[in-house]
Formats: sequence, C-alpha cells, structure tokens
Amino acid sequence: MHRFANPTRFLRLAAAVLPFSAAVAALCLGAGLVWGLFFAPPDYQQGDTVRIMFIHVPSAMMAMGVYAGMAISSAIALIWRHAIADLIAKASAPIGATFTFICLLTGSLWGKPMWGTWWVWDARLTSMLIMLFIYLGYMALWQAFDDQTKAARAAAILALVGAINLPVIKFSVEWWNTLHQPASLITMEGPKIHESLLWPLLLMIVGFGAYYLTVLIFRVRAEIHQRRTRMLRMAQADRHNAMQAAD
Amino acid sequence: MSRTFLMLIRRDLLLAHRQGGGSLLAIAFFVLVVSLFPLGVGPAPEMLERIAAGTIWVAALLSVLLSLDRMFQADLEDGSLDQLALLPIPLALVVLAKTIAHWLTTGLPLTLTAPLLGLLMQLSPDAYGALVAGMLLGTPILSLIGAIGAALTVGVRRGGVLLTLIVTPLYIPILIFGVSAVEAAAQGFAISAHMLFLSALLSGTIVIAPIAAAWSLKLALD
Repeated sequence: MHRFANPTRFLRLAAAVLPFSAAVAALCLGAGLVWGLFFAPPDYQQGDTVRIMFIHVPSAMMAMGVYAGMAISSAIALIWRHAIADLIAKASAPIGATFTFICLLTGSLWGKPMWGTWWVWDARLTSMLIMLFIYLGYMALWQAFDDQTKAARAAAILALVGAINLPVIKFSVEWWNTLHQPASLITMEGPKIHESLLWPLLLMIVGFGAYYLTVLIFRVRAEIHQRRTRMLRMAQADRHNAMQAAD
Repeated sequence: MSRTFLMLIRRDLLLAHRQGGGSLLAIAFFVLVVSLFPLGVGPAPEMLERIAAGTIWVAALLSVLLSLDRMFQADLEDGSLDQLALLPIPLALVVLAKTIAHWLTTGLPLTLTAPLLGLLMQLSPDAYGALVAGMLLGTPILSLIGAIGAALTVGVRRGGVLLTLIVTPLYIPILIFGVSAVEAAAQGFAISAHMLFLSALLSGTIVIAPIAAAWSLKLALD
C-alpha cells in the first residue's frame, strides 16, 4: 500500500489499470443495457417498468459502496498520512453523490407507476436522501479550507464520523417507516430474482463498478497533475521574483 | 485532573453568564419557532396534538444548531484555545468539559422549557414524562455531535452554514427516537425501548465525539 503513496508510481499503476477498467465498463454496460432493455422479459406484475431496476439497483449499491471506499481511504489517510488515499477519498465523493442522485431519481420515476407517487417518506428513500446530504456536507468541507492538507484531514474525520453514524441512521429510519421492498438480491437463501432478470442486472453491477474505477482514475490523475502544475507555477514565480530582486 | 476539568466547566458557565443572554436567546428562539406552527397549520387542538412532539423536537434541534458555532470560535479568536491545548489534561477532556458547559447552558434550559411548550401545543398529558426524559437523554447527544461539527468548522469561512449542513444529517436518529418515545407514551405504549436506544447513543457518542472533536481542533491550532 505504501508503495503507491508515491504519485509517480500510482500514476504508472493507474495507467496500467485504466484500459482494462474502461473496457470492462464499456462491455458490461453496453451488454447489460441492451440485454436488460430489449431482451429481458417484462415482469408479470410491473411490466416494462421493471427495467428501471437495471439502473436503480446498481446505482444504489454504488452509492453505498463508494461511501464505504471513501471511509476506508479516509482511515488510511488519517492513520498513515497516505497522500494518494486522501485524493481517492476526495475524488470519490462527487461520483458517489452522483450515484446517490441517480438512485433517488430512478427510484422516483419507478415509484410513480408502482406506488402512485413520486416520493414517499419510506425508510430506504429517506436514508438515501440523508446519504446525499452527507456526501454534500463532505464535499463542502473540502471546499471550505484553503490549505489542502487541513482540508484533507478535516474531511477524513467527517467521513469516518459519517461512516459510524450511517448504520445508526439507516436502522433508526428503517424502524421509523418501511414501504420499499426488502433486499432481494443479497439474501441468505441466494438471489430471489428470476434468472432472466438476474444476469443483465449482474452485468450492470459489474459495469457500474468498473465505470466508477475508470472515472476515479481520471479524477485522481487530474488532481495529481493539477497539484504539480500549481507547484511548478509557484516555483516559476519564485524564480521570477529572485531574478527581479537581482536586477 | 478532575479539578482542571471542573474548573473548565465553571469557566465556560461563568463566561456564558457574564456575556449574558446565551441561554435566554436559545429559549426565546425555541419558543418562537414552536409558536409559529399553530399560526401556520391552524389552531385546531387535534391537529396541534398530532404534531406537538415533532414540532417541539425539531425546534429544540434547531435551537441547539444555532448555538453551536460559538462553541470554540470565541476561544480561537482570543487565543485561549491555544492555552487550553497546553493544559496537562488531554484535549478530548477539554472538549468534553466545554460540551458539558454547552449542554448546561442550552440543552438543559430547553428541556426545562419543553413541558411549557407541550402545554401550548395540547400535548397529551401522558406524554410529558417521555418528552422530558427523551430530551434529557437526547440533548446531550446533540451537544456532543455538534461539538464535532463546531470543531471541524472552527476558523473556516462561512463556518455557520457549513456546520448546519454537516451536523443536521447526523441528528436524525435522535429526532426519530425522541419523537417516537413521545408518540408511544401518548398512545399508552411502553417507552423503555426508545429510552434504551437514546441511552446507547449517548454512551457511544460520549466516547467518540470528544476524541473526533479534539482531532479536528488540532487542525485549527496548527
């Protein structure tokens, strides 16, 4: 892990991983979408609206997964002062927030024909909404500091506090109200979804994961380059000042 | 160690007292927000009884939120935060002392005012005990979680708005358990489960929050 605290080494690794993750994302998303939208049979109750699931479920999983990844890299960054872990946490937040938003949006579009309303204060919807707020708070905290090292540590503390709190929020909200159907993909007895719908869904989940990895690499790379440019500019300004002083 | 700890609490209470009006402002805000609701939804007693618990809890939550941004800000501005960090006791204990003082000057007065507001909101007579007990357990958690937010945003531009954005989502479980306790009591159900949950949250936060807040404060002291 510490090998990759060196940005150059990380960039080399990222360059090696990027083609694969991009290819997996393109293939899985393409195949999953075509299969899910055109070839999978409509549900006997829900009809064609069940196809919203192929976007909704993977984005919900990614919304939570990205937060978990963010919390883990924040912990690594706090404990070992790992520079790249900070950048990974920072770069993950907007991606996770977008997944959360897509999940809420598709959920709302699915809720209208199924439950007859765009929004209900159901446990899962509410906890997703709270999660979006936590993502936004995290991103705002990054923005609030001028000093990037301070911002990184403050944001890491917040991400960890949020990670401890999220299960409590989820549990309390679930106790408060429930309309959404319980988990049907990951259960003790195995998936409860028919195979014809399960395979495109799994493809989409893998595709979403690979897409996240691809975008993450782009964002972290951009951040590293941005910091380098900034340092070069500052060095140049220093040289310029020194030359003027010498004149 | 415990002497320093008690001195710190005393110092903050004295400061709050001499600056004047801190608790009174929080209470005034609390009463004002609650009294807006009958004006907004109409004075029908059944309606008020239905929303009483939620209104009182939300207003209490907002009052605590408003009082948070001064928690460490004044000490940072006049430099006493640096002195507090040099004390022979851990910074987490300093934070805990300041949080206790914060609760004594906001959470406790709000809890004592709540029954009066219950009266105004036609709260069912059976529910007063649950309201006060829930707030006694819940408002310290609000101060503790708030301390983390206040420490993270101390010395930050427009820290107040950011503080609200960070802290509010973390307050949701307390709101839910506090309100459901009152509603359970109003319908004649046992409230021990809700109280146990609030106690568990309090015991957890009292350990974690001062440490997290102390870490965050160190950033401002660098």
